[in-house]
Amino acid sequence: MLTLKSVQAGYGRLPVLKGISLHVRSGEVVTLIGGNGAGKTTTLRTISGLLPPRKGAVEFAGQDLTRLPPERIVTLGLALVPEGRRVFRTLSVTANLELGAYHRRDKSEVRRDLEEIRQRFPILKERAHQAAGTLSGGEQQILAIGRALMARPRLLMLDEPSMGLAPRMVTQVYHILAELKAQGTTILLVEQNARAALKVADRGYVLETGRIILDGAAADLRDDPEVQRAYLGKGYQEVWE
Amino acid sequence: MFFQQLINGLTTGSVYALIALGYTMIYGILGLINFAQGEIYMCGAFVAVLLLATGKVNFFLAVALGMGAAALLGVILERVAFRPLRGFHPLVPLISAIGASIFLQSLALLLFGPNDRPFPIQFAFTTIMIAGLPVSTLQMTILAAALGFMGLLIVFVRYTTYGKAIVACALDRDTARLMGINVDRMVSLTFLLGSALSGAAGIMMAIYYNATYPRMGLLPGLKAFSAAILGGVGSIPGAILGGLLLGVAESLGAAYISSGFKDAIAFAILILVLLLRPQGILRGRGD
Ligand SMILES: Nc1ncnc2c1ncn2[C@@H]1O[C@H](COP(=O)(O)OP(=O)(O)OP(=O)(O)O)[C@@H](O)[C@H]1O
Ligand SMILES: [Mg+2]
Repeated sequence: MLTLKSVQAGYGRLPVLKGISLHVRSGEVVTLIGGNGAGKTTTLRTISGLLPPRKGAVEFAGQDLTRLPPERIVTLGLALVPEGRRVFRTLSVTANLELGAYHRRDKSEVRRDLEEIRQRFPILKERAHQAAGTLSGGEQQILAIGRALMARPRLLMLDEPSMGLAPRMVTQVYHILAELKAQGTTILLVEQNARAALKVADRGYVLETGRIILDGAAADLRDDPEVQRAYLGKGYQEVWE
Repeated sequence: MFFQQLINGLTTGSVYALIALGYTMIYGILGLINFAQGEIYMCGAFVAVLLLATGKVNFFLAVALGMGAAALLGVILERVAFRPLRGFHPLVPLISAIGASIFLQSLALLLFGPNDRPFPIQFAFTTIMIAGLPVSTLQMTILAAALGFMGLLIVFVRYTTYGKAIVACALDRDTARLMGINVDRMVSLTFLLGSALSGAAGIMMAIYYNATYPRMGLLPGLKAFSAAILGGVGSIPGAILGGLLLGVAESLGAAYISSGFKDAIAFAILILVLLLRPQGILRGRGD
């Protein structure tokens, strides 16, 4: 469904991605894990069109994305839950959700989806008229996920959805991801929290300073000594358990 | 006397507020000050006055066309004077805006000459008594029309999809694009709305002072800029509050200190605000 072939990208003269290849098949949950500054966010920005790649190919459902602006790419069925949630702070919770469906023309379906998402995440109904900036971090994360789902994506991309959340909220967010997976949603999940990500994912890639150094089934990656040493160390254990 | 000055101040203040809304919305979405806002105001007045002078156009159509011309000018200005300069140091579009302002003033001078034009039609405005106080119906009409336009703008921004999309662009451009919002189109729409309001303001003042001339936008433009700063540039309620406060301060200052100081008051306030509370009374981007 999504394929990256030797993608290179960077900011100004600084190269960040040094030739990345990965793919996500329909119905799969794939995680991309890596430490600070590895280039995970850069990868998602490249796929979603915010940062055009220097070299390489990005294809989604047979379409070349490398030349398309983000506002076109979202219409093809790619939605991103950005790092740090990036909700529209002064707008209401409902307005945030509605903007998630901005590009859709099927307005009656949009209204149905809005109702469904509010049912699924009751907090978004309770806080419907509140400014998004007044929600807690975890609630904002749920809003950001709901907003992305309003686009009815064929592929949902999430950038560190557990970042900065209390352990209880991390559990809740991952519970949502597991539910989406059970419904057959295709997901590309970027995480530093490898423990949580590898639990929900089918497959994974390990990114280090702009290169993919390892990939495989999530279960195999969990058992890989290198991954255990670098990404499943004590620090994450505390956060997750 | 005090009451009369208050009404005078609110009348001119509501017009400053309309122009200040243009400054503040454009600042909100692009982070730059469009110093040609005063010329857009002048354009609205000229188009309405010239159309009415033909004697073939009715008043409301002339107002609509004046506002439309101002809106069009704003959209064109953004295309030629600002869009090509994106990504440059913020001083560059600022200089470009000042250049556009001088260009438009000179163009108007060339086309229409330096003289004041009276407003081509007469209205039957009088003075009525409300609660024992004399009130000019002209002032009441201007105030009501200005507040009406402000109300429409607020409803648009708060309750329509495009309004929310504009706010989203002002808050977070990248994330807005991820929603499928075409930022360039929202920037154009912002210029269109802000400029239409300035055009309306120009027509109101052309009636109020019975004078339309190429440099008419200079002082109101600068005062509205001060009003936007006073209210907190980027904030829509701030621009309205700032405009009204400035108008009243100016009018009371002229009455109780000296009328010679009238124009200086706005700029004294600007300097004070910049020194004491540079973020303005209500700060904000995107509200
Ligand atoms: N806007 C930018 N301009 C310049 N350099 C940037 C920019 N954003 C990121 N970088 C650099 O690119 C590299 C990769 O950053 P990126 O944000 O993709 O990492 P990441 O894997 O998402 O890290 P984290 O886990 O901390 O979010 C870093 O060295 C970073 O400093
Ligand atoms: Mg990141």
